[in-house]
Amino acid sequence: MSNEKRMIPTRDGFGDAIVELAKENENIFLIDCDISKSCKTTKFAKAIPDRHINVGIAEQNAGTFAAGLATMGKIPFISTYAVFGSMRMLEQIRTSACYPHLNVKVACSHGGLTPGNDGVTHQAIEDMGIYRTIPGMTVIMPADYNATKKLVIKAAEYDGPVYLRFTRDPLPIFYGEDEEFEIGKGKVIKEGKDISLIAIGDALHQAIAAADELEKEGVSVELIDMHTLKPLDIELVEKTLSKTGKIITVEDHNIFNGLGSAIADVIAEKGKGIMRKVALKDTFAESGDYYKLLEKYEMDSKYVLKMARELL
Amino acid sequence: MNKVCFLEEKAQEMRRNIVTMIHEAKSGHPGGALSATDIVTVLYFNELRIDPNQPKMKERDRVVLSKGHTCPVIYAALAMKGFYEMEEIYNLRKMGSILQGHPCMKKVPGLDMTTGSLGQGLSAGAGMAFGAKYDKLDSRVYVIMGDGEIQEGQVWEAAMTAAKYKLDNLVAFVDANNLQVDGHCTDIMPVEPIDKKWEAFGWEVIKIDGHSIPQILEALEAAKKVKDKPVCIIAKTVKGKGVSYMEDVCEWHGIAPNNEQYEIAMKELGGAV
Repeated sequence: MSNEKRMIPTRDGFGDAIVELAKENENIFLIDCDISKSCKTTKFAKAIPDRHINVGIAEQNAGTFAAGLATMGKIPFISTYAVFGSMRMLEQIRTSACYPHLNVKVACSHGGLTPGNDGVTHQAIEDMGIYRTIPGMTVIMPADYNATKKLVIKAAEYDGPVYLRFTRDPLPIFYGEDEEFEIGKGKVIKEGKDISLIAIGDALHQAIAAADELEKEGVSVELIDMHTLKPLDIELVEKTLSKTGKIITVEDHNIFNGLGSAIADVIAEKGKGIMRKVALKDTFAESGDYYKLLEKYEMDSKYVLKMARELL
Repeated sequence: MNKVCFLEEKAQEMRRNIVTMIHEAKSGHPGGALSATDIVTVLYFNELRIDPNQPKMKERDRVVLSKGHTCPVIYAALAMKGFYEMEEIYNLRKMGSILQGHPCMKKVPGLDMTTGSLGQGLSAGAGMAFGAKYDKLDSRVYVIMGDGEIQEGQVWEAAMTAAKYKLDNLVAFVDANNLQVDGHCTDIMPVEPIDKKWEAFGWEVIKIDGHSIPQILEALEAAKKVKDKPVCIIAKTVKGKGVSYMEDVCEWHGIAPNNEQYEIAMKELGGAV
């Protein structure tokens, strides 16, 4: 949990992984919606031009085009920003990919507040909640570059629609290159008995910093990377709940329908445990530095600490 | 019997099946199904490389009924071709049926795409045509759209994509019956000139009478000779074609005939009730 690690956006992890994948698997296709430079997919276009399609600024077409390609036994990855991948092409993915359970992957950069200075139009704060609502959809947000590379490969291996969310802004590399990931299985980074911090994606780094502080204060923290929002690792949530009884969820997403809501469902059904959500409090944010936005909108490690102290 | 007479008889049989299943279901969309019947008949009984015993055959031609609400026409065609028992049509829109109100590819043998949300079929067809070309298959992809449907912006996104990638294995039919739910297209949102629009988007355009079997046959042959660009066949049609009281009557977009109306329809379509 060192702070001196190399910083790299997870969109780079996607850009690198998809080329490696496509070199090994001839069924991998990439569909860009113009913004390949900022989605880090230009390498793919250069390396594998005959399996690269650029439909231009036309996300709706990308969604159903991918579905058509998937009916031909291909594995199309659509690359765009999370706001467009989850909202502009939503009904296309819902009806043409999820309903017939076609092998379409929606792989989006610019998740959460990570496109900070671009402002609200480019900050996707609703995307994971939206896709979590659709039957048959899998929703994943890896926490760093290495996790991204592994989870992109897992998404390709899985037969069915997947939504993957990456960051525009750099994140520390937390995991080793050989770390293994499984869709739908959260990772217990550290076991503890007093309180559980469960985070997804870039928010994991805020949870890690908070956990470090709490440990210094003598609190035993269980730290979990819930990289797959759906299907949720309910077994792991129940397990950690029975150990600590207290959960704080941390996510770079609106406070509704994301990780916090998914875990609240488990707590409500179990009728046991207490929790707090650290997330964007049902508001649009604004332009600004990503880290400063996290601080202002109470989504950073300091706020995680505050919530933890409330619960402890 | 010559080919044209055979196809004309098949089309009438298909129309009877369409009206029968919608009457039985007490709901459905007869108007647009009847306007597309002659096109669908020629495709399924003369054109398509398909095999009811191997509905997933890789080398098959594909059909995307983009105007998915008119699925009784495809359900009838697939039943008549033997993809499933003819009795199945009596289960249209019923609980547990493979024949959903709008068509689902996971349920219906021989159905190539799930549709029902207008404006998406051409994108799906373009994806299929791209995949077929990549695999060096000589499969052809046929998409059937309504003229009201081309009001959807996504259609034109797909039109640009198909032209860019020179998808000459893709044929789009525009079933131009000039009716949509709220009225005539010319009043609700004019789509003319349809031919100039598709030409401007880089497509080869063929205009036909969508109820003339010889013209449909000829257009499909002509489409095969076009290289390096997709083909749009604009078929002038009459919504509700073949049933006098349904023809060009907006209300028959999405209602079922009652028993009396059903008897009249079947008589007009050359069948006995």
